[in-house]
Amino acid sequence: MNQWQRRLEYWRRRYDITDVVVWLFGLAILAVAVYGTVRSLQTTTYDSKRWAQFVVYGISQGGVYALIALGYTLVYGILFMINFAHGEIFMFGAFGALFTALALDKAGYWNGHPVLSLIIVLLVAMTTSSVIAVLVERVAYRPLRKAPRLVPLITAIGASFTLQYTARSFFGSGLRAFPEMDMLKGSVSVFGLDIGKSHALTIVVSLLMMAGLYWYVQKTKTGKAMRAVAENKDVAALMGIDVDQIIVRTFILGASMAGVAGVLYSLIFFQVKFFMGFVPGIKAFTAAVLGGIGNIPGAMLGGYFLGIFESLGPALILEGLGIPAPSQLKDVIAFTMLVMVLIFRPTGILGEAVSEKRA
Amino acid sequence: MNPIWRSTLKAGLLTGAIVIYVALTGMVLSLSQRPVIGKLSLGHVVYMLVFVGMGYITAVRSPWRQERPWLVPLQGAVVGGVGAAILALLPLIGRKVDLGWMFVTAKPELYKFLLFNQEQVARGVLYLILTGAVLGGVAAVLPILPEVLHKALLGGASTTLLLGVLAELVQRTVLKKVLGPFFAYKGLKPTGAAILFVVLTVLFGLQAWWRQKHPKVTKSVAAQEAEAASPLRTTLQLGALLLFLLILPVWILNKDTYLNSVVNLVGLYIIMGLGLNIVVGFAGLLDLGYVAFFAIGAYTVALMTSLGPLGHGYSFWQALPVAILLALTAGVVLGIPVLRMRGDYLAIVTLGFGEIIRILANSDWLKPFMGGALGVLDIPKPKIGNWVLKEEYQLYYLILAGILVTWFVASRLYHSRVGRAWQALREDEDVAEAMGIHLVTTKLLAFGFGAAFSGLSGAIFAAKVGSVYPHTFNLIISINVLSLIIVGGIGSLPGVVVGALALVGLPELLREFSEYRMLFYGIALIAMMLVKPEGFWPKRLKVYPRPQEEDAEASAL
Amino acid sequence: MAPILVARKVTKRFGGLVAVNELDFEIEEHAIASVIGPNGAGKTTFFNCITGFYVPEEGVIEFEGKEIQGLRPDKITTMGIARTYQNIRLFGKMSAIENVMVGMHPRLSLHWWDAVIHTPAFVRQERKVLRRAWELLDYIGLTDWANHQANSLPYGAQRRLEIARALASEPKLLLLDEPTAGMNPQETAEMIEFIRKLRDDWNLTILLIEHDMKVVMTISEKITVLDFGTKIAEGKPEEIQRNPRVIEAYLGRGAASGLSAAEAPAQAA
Repeated sequence: MNQWQRRLEYWRRRYDITDVVVWLFGLAILAVAVYGTVRSLQTTTYDSKRWAQFVVYGISQGGVYALIALGYTLVYGILFMINFAHGEIFMFGAFGALFTALALDKAGYWNGHPVLSLIIVLLVAMTTSSVIAVLVERVAYRPLRKAPRLVPLITAIGASFTLQYTARSFFGSGLRAFPEMDMLKGSVSVFGLDIGKSHALTIVVSLLMMAGLYWYVQKTKTGKAMRAVAENKDVAALMGIDVDQIIVRTFILGASMAGVAGVLYSLIFFQVKFFMGFVPGIKAFTAAVLGGIGNIPGAMLGGYFLGIFESLGPALILEGLGIPAPSQLKDVIAFTMLVMVLIFRPTGILGEAVSEKRA
Repeated sequence: MNPIWRSTLKAGLLTGAIVIYVALTGMVLSLSQRPVIGKLSLGHVVYMLVFVGMGYITAVRSPWRQERPWLVPLQGAVVGGVGAAILALLPLIGRKVDLGWMFVTAKPELYKFLLFNQEQVARGVLYLILTGAVLGGVAAVLPILPEVLHKALLGGASTTLLLGVLAELVQRTVLKKVLGPFFAYKGLKPTGAAILFVVLTVLFGLQAWWRQKHPKVTKSVAAQEAEAASPLRTTLQLGALLLFLLILPVWILNKDTYLNSVVNLVGLYIIMGLGLNIVVGFAGLLDLGYVAFFAIGAYTVALMTSLGPLGHGYSFWQALPVAILLALTAGVVLGIPVLRMRGDYLAIVTLGFGEIIRILANSDWLKPFMGGALGVLDIPKPKIGNWVLKEEYQLYYLILAGILVTWFVASRLYHSRVGRAWQALREDEDVAEAMGIHLVTTKLLAFGFGAAFSGLSGAIFAAKVGSVYPHTFNLIISINVLSLIIVGGIGSLPGVVVGALALVGLPELLREFSEYRMLFYGIALIAMMLVKPEGFWPKRLKVYPRPQEEDAEASAL
Repeated sequence: MAPILVARKVTKRFGGLVAVNELDFEIEEHAIASVIGPNGAGKTTFFNCITGFYVPEEGVIEFEGKEIQGLRPDKITTMGIARTYQNIRLFGKMSAIENVMVGMHPRLSLHWWDAVIHTPAFVRQERKVLRRAWELLDYIGLTDWANHQANSLPYGAQRRLEIARALASEPKLLLLDEPTAGMNPQETAEMIEFIRKLRDDWNLTILLIEHDMKVVMTISEKITVLDFGTKIAEGKPEEIQRNPRVIEAYLGRGAASGLSAAEAPAQAA
C-alpha cells in the first residue's frame, strides 16, 4: 500500500457517517459565507475607508472580548471548568465603574480631571469584579471542587443567574446612562483614518492590560505558581504552593481583566444594564475557544479575531446574500463561528491536543 | 472571647448581610402587599424567615446542644438580634443619605416598612431588634426539645405558614369547603391560624411519635427484590393516582380558569422536564438551548394552523406530528456537530443555538414567514370531532395525555439497552465507549428525544395560548426547565413533577413573586448542588429480581 | 497455535515523548501473557493503542488477522477485545447488575422502538440479558451485591465486577490492567487462580499488565518487558528472571553486574 491508500484506509476506519455529515454541514456554511462575501464585494457600496473603519471598530470591540476571554481561559487553565458567571463579573465591574463615574461627575471631577478619574474608575471596577469573583469562587466552586463535572457547571450557571438578577433587583431593569466624558468626544486621525477617541482608548488600554497580564503570568512568582497548579494540583501542593490561594488569585486576575473590560465597554456604549454580561460573556467564551481554551495568547488573538469578524461579517457576508437588516444577525454570525471552530478545530487556533489526554 | 460566642457573632453578621440583601432586592416591599396571617405580610415573612432559619441552623450546629442547652436559645437570640441590628442600619443610613441613585429599591417606603411604620425611629429600631432576637431565640429552642416535639412544632408552623401563603389556592378549590372559615379574603385570620397551628402540630406530633415507636426500617435489598417480582401494590397506587389526575380540573379545581391555567403551565413544563431529563439526567449532557426546540414546536403549530395571514390552515392534529418531527430534526442536526464535544462546550454551544433561534424568529429577514417581533396570532384551539378544547380545564386533558405518553416513553427507554448506555455515558464517557457504546448515536438519541418532547410541549403551548412571539422563547425557559429537574432530582421522573410544582406552580400562584423568580432559580441551583445534589425526589436504583427457573426454561424454548 | 493479536512496529508519541517505540508483539490464542516494565515504560499506553483509546502514529495491530489500529474503541470491543482498568472505573452510580448489563451492549441488537413498545423480541432479549447478568454475577460470586450501587461494593468485589463487565461483552481477548493492585497476598493468590480459571472457562486469551513480580512469574506463559517504550526482552518467566537487561531496567545501572541480591531490593525501593 502506498502512502495515500494508507491514509485513506485510516480515515475510513477512524471516521464514520456522522463525521462526514458534520463536515458537509460545515462546508455548506463555509460555501454560503464565501458566496456572500464575493457577492458583497462585487456589489458593495462601501469604500475602502469604510471597510478600514469596520476593522478598527472590530479591534476595539475585540479588545473587550479578549479581556473577558482571558478570565475564561485563566480559570479554565487551572480548574478545567467554564466559569459561567464570568460575564456577570464583567457586568458588576461595569456597575462599579458606573457608580464611581456618577459620583465623580457629581463632584465635577469627571471632566475636570479626566485621566485621574479614568484611573480611579478602572481601579474601582477591577476591585468590584474581583470581590464578586472571589465570592463566587468561595460559595459556588470551592466546596465542589471534587464533585463530578456536571455539578460545578450547574452551580456556575446558578451563580450567573443569581448575579444577573441580583443586579436587576438592586440597580433596576432599565438602562443606566454612563456619564459622557468631554475628553473622549470626537475622533483622532491615524494614517488618514478617523478613529473615535473612545475606540482608540479601548485599543490602547486593552493592549496595555494584556501585556501586563502576560508579564505577570510569565515572570512573577505567583504567575509561575499558577502555571504549576495548572499543570498538576497535587504536585504543586507538594512543592509547597497553597493551591487554594493560587486559585483565588487566578480568579482575581481574570476578574480584574473583566473589570477593565467593563469600563471600556461602558466608554464605548455609554450605557450599563444588568443583562449586559450575557452576550459579551458568550462571545468572549467563543473567543477563548477560538484561540484554544487554556491558552493565554490564544484568548487575546481569539478576541481580536472575533471582534473583527463580527464587525465585518454583516456587511461582508450577509449583505451579499440579500438579507435585510443584516446587523440584527450579528450574534448569529458569532455563534455560527463558534460551531464552525468546534467542528473543524475543536482545540482552537493555538490550542494543544487536549483530547489525547484521556484514559 | 469564647470561640463559640465568636462564631455565634459571626453567624449574626452573616444574618445581617443576608437580610440586607433580601431587603435591597426589593422583595420585602413588593411582597408586603400579600397578607399571610392577619396583618403579617409575605414581606415580613421573607426577612423574618432569615432570622428564624439562621437561629435554627446555629442551634443545630451548636456544640452546646448536649451540655449546656440553656445557652442555645441565647445564641439564637444573639444571631437574630445582631442580624436585625444590622438590618436596622439600612433605614438609619438611608434616611440620612440618599441611596436611591445606586439601589433602586432603597426607598423611604422600605425604611418605613422595616421600622414597622413607627413614627419614632428609635422605637422602630427597637422593635426590629427585638423581633430578630425573639425569632432567632425561639427558633433555637426547637433543636434542644425532644425529637417528637421538635418535629411537631416545625411541621405545624411551616404548614400553617404555607397555607397562609397559598390562601388563594385554598379559596378557589374544594378545600374551601373544609378550611374556608379559617381564611380572610386574603391570607389566614389570626384565630384561624392559631387553630390550624394547634391542630397541625398535634397531627405532626402524632406522626412523629408513631415514627419513633415504629422506626421505618429501610427495606433490605432482598425484600425489594421480592417486591419487584410482584408489582401488585404499585399497580394499585398507580390506579389511584390516575383517578385523581382525571378528576383534578373539574371536581377539585372547580373548572377555575386561573388555577387550571397554572396547572396546565406546570404540565407543559413537566413535558419539557421529562425531555430534558433524558438529555441531562439520563445521558449527562448539559443542554442550555432547550427552549429552541420548544420554540420550533410552537412556531410550527402556529404557522401551520393560524387563521391569520401567516397561517396555512391545517388542523392542530395535522400540525402536531410535524412539530414534533421538526423539533427532532433540529435536535439531530444541532446534535451531530456538538455532541462530539466535551460537556462544557456543549452547554455553551446549545446556549448559543437557543439565542440564534430567537434572533432569527425576531429578524426582519424571516419576518415575511414568521411575523418577526409581532409574532403569529389567531391560532385555533384543537378540536376532537366537534368538541373544541377551548377552556383551560379541557386543554388539561390534552396536556395530561402528553405527559402520560412522554412519561411512558421515557421510563421504558430508561430500562432498556439505550437507557443503560445513557447512564454509562453519564458516568464515564471513555469507559462507555470502550464497552462498545457508539457515543455519537447514543447521545444523538438522547438529544433527539429531548428535542421531540420539547417540541410536543411547544406545540400544545401554541394552541393553548393562541399566539406566539419570539420574546417568549428566551433563555429563561431553558433555565427554568433545568432548575426544575435539578430541584426534583436529576434523572428521576417523579422528581420532574415535584420540581415543576415547586418552581413553576408555586411562583405562578404568588404573582408578586414572579419578579424574583430567576433570582430564586439561580440560588436554588447553587443551594441544591451544595446541600442536596440528589434532589427532593432522588432517583432510585431499579431492583432486578433474580429470574425464576421457569422463566429460564420458557426463554430457552 | 496461531497468534490472536499481532503488533508490528507500533509507535505512539506524545509531543516529543515516544511512549511506545517500534514495538513488536504477539500473543497466541488461549495464552496468558504479561507486559511488565518500570513506571512510565509505556505499558498502559500500549493497552490504550490496542483498545483504540490512542491511535498509534506508526505500525500495525492485527486482531484475528484484521487490522484494528485506529478503529474507534467501541468497534474494537465489538470485535472481541475487552479490558479492565488500573484504577477501577466502574459506572459508580449504577447497580452491580446494571454494570454487567452495560457490558452486554455490543451483543444486543434491538432498537429503541422495540424498548418503547416492548415487542416480543425485546421482552425475550431483556429476559435473556437479566438471566445472563445473574449468571455472570454468580460466576464471580457477587449475587448478594447485585442490586447495590457499584461504588458501594468492597474493593476486591469492584475488581471482580469489572472483570464480569468485561466478560459480558463476550471477548476473545481480555486485557487486565494490574488486576491485583491493592490486594493482600491472600487475595492476590485467589486472583491468580481466578485468572487461570477464567481463561479455561471462557476460552479466553488473557494479556495483563502487572507490577507484582510474583504474580507475573506464576501466571504468565510469556512475558514482554518494556522500558522507555522499547521492548528490551521477551520470553518465558525463567528467561526473563535471568535476563541482565531486565534486572538493570528494574534495579538501575550496574545492578546486574555488581550488586548482591540482598542490596538490590533496597535500592529499588
